[in-house]
Amino acid sequence: MTQLYQQLILEHSKTPTGRVAKGELEGANSHGLNIGTSHQVNPTCGDEITLVAKFEGDKIADIIWEGQGCAISQASASVMTDMAIGQTATQVTDDNLLFHELMHSRGAGLTDPQAIEQLGDAVAFTGVSQYPARIKCALLGWEALRAAIHQAQLKGE
Amino acid sequence: MALDITAIREQFPILDRTVRGGKPLIYLDSAATTQRPRAVVEAMEQFTFSHNGAVHRGTHQLGEEATDAFEAARATVARLVGAAPDEIVWTSGATAGLNLVANGFKNASLGPKSAAASRFALKPGDEIVVTEAEHHSNLVPWQELAKATGAELRWFGVDDEGRLDLSNLNELINERTKVVAFTHVSNVTAAITPIEQIVAAARRVGATTILDACQSVAHLPLDLPALGVDFAAFSGHKMFGPTGVGVLYGTREALAALPPVNFGGSMVETVTMTDATYLPPPMRFEAGTQMVTAAIGMAAAANWLNNLGFDNLSEYENNLAEELLKVEEIPGITIIGPREAHDRVALVSFVVDGVHPHDVGQVLDDAGIAVRVGQHCAQPIHNRFGVSSSVRASATVYNTVAEISAFREALAQVRPFFGVD
Ligand SMILES: Cc1ncc(COP(=O)(O)O)c(C=O)c1O
Repeated sequence: MTQLYQQLILEHSKTPTGRVAKGELEGANSHGLNIGTSHQVNPTCGDEITLVAKFEGDKIADIIWEGQGCAISQASASVMTDMAIGQTATQVTDDNLLFHELMHSRGAGLTDPQAIEQLGDAVAFTGVSQYPARIKCALLGWEALRAAIHQAQLKGE
Repeated sequence: MALDITAIREQFPILDRTVRGGKPLIYLDSAATTQRPRAVVEAMEQFTFSHNGAVHRGTHQLGEEATDAFEAARATVARLVGAAPDEIVWTSGATAGLNLVANGFKNASLGPKSAAASRFALKPGDEIVVTEAEHHSNLVPWQELAKATGAELRWFGVDDEGRLDLSNLNELINERTKVVAFTHVSNVTAAITPIEQIVAAARRVGATTILDACQSVAHLPLDLPALGVDFAAFSGHKMFGPTGVGVLYGTREALAALPPVNFGGSMVETVTMTDATYLPPPMRFEAGTQMVTAAIGMAAAANWLNNLGFDNLSEYENNLAEELLKVEEIPGITIIGPREAHDRVALVSFVVDGVHPHDVGQVLDDAGIAVRVGQHCAQPIHNRFGVSSSVRASATVYNTVAEISAFREALAQVRPFFGVD
């Protein structure tokens, strides 16, 4: 079990980066920045996330989200938030693809050292990929960020 | 007569296996799907290897034997619920059966009008009554029917103990009520519905009653005609039978009046290029080739249950229910549903303060314990208790008190593991 629930995951799940209280998202001030929003649901367990990403040009200036979910989903959204702030949409999309690859590795993890370095703390979720039912939990936040970026890009066009 | 649980367990080879690196399996998810005894699989094998042929068609010997076996299976399942064989319609499961009835209402309301089907025709101003404790399969079809016909959907609430609140029974079931659809046992709270009261109220106003018997058929003795419901649905895979088969029960009058829903082979009398006439029930509702082998398996399961005897079963499962209810002795655990062992089945849903149900399920799974986590296809009842999901442990005749103790011990480790207290 400690393979799955690594210390890093437990810590992030207790005090997640970017998570705000219910209701705080609506008041989120864009300060003139382009923002993208997304709401994602995991229908098997009812877990939800609503995420707002703010852009300065092509760079993600800030991410806040509100949600409820298991330790895996909360920690994954938290680690993702840490990773994504300050990156470009293209970089984050690339990270997202790598993270999907990790999640579909059936416990084997990634082999490319460069990819492992790029994912940083997110490799702590390798254990999740052994549990098919939990992969969706780890991907919930990433899916929300992907959709939020897409929405912001559509608005920006 | 006390049941010999060791002998019963031996009939379920899967209970011998280990999971997650050698841990003995403790299967506490029978409310989702039960395991199958050898007798069920052997009946299906015997049919497949010795009698398989197209049912209700042709003249060859195998066809005859298969037809006999299929119809004998219908009679066996009918006996389990006190019904006559022609009151039993094969379906692919309870969900299909409930949709069949709802769509029959829809056809009666929107399709060609017939005098017989007029009792099922809904219009704006009519009311459909369900309960807050329904599985989505006995809720969403009625929502759709309400939307299609303009009828209003209303429901019984659930009290803080998880029991149906029938205090407004006579207001909720009134002259406008045409349908009352409700579960016999909630798959979340485990509470048993006082059917008699609801049926009596529905009868007073001439409303059609539909019972979801999924969670009761394998645990309580059922006499559907005596209960007086018009329709009832249940699934083979929750009563020790195979997946892919279920039953819709309907009284002769109700089935004779309900318009068909699926059309095609095996349900027609004569067909011209523009029109068709339909066979009487139950075949009117069984279009196309049926799940014959699975039906044979479901009948074997019905026989298996009958041989156990429902008195023995209830007594034993009551004991398991009491053991399950002890989870609330563990700090941080809150049960959703009644705390008492009476008028309930051996199933308990609960939340663990500070730990998400998914994470609880994961830790239990690591100990070899299979429980259900999530909403159990019943979101409204979770909303009612202000939780997004829960953990559910359900036990039946092949579970032991020792297994439930092991489950509680593993559960007691969950909050310490996640560092909450
Ligand atoms: C109360 C209840 N109703 C309906 C169903 C649906 O049964 P099935 O999925 O076999 O059609 C279930 C099974 O989860 C149930 O527990």
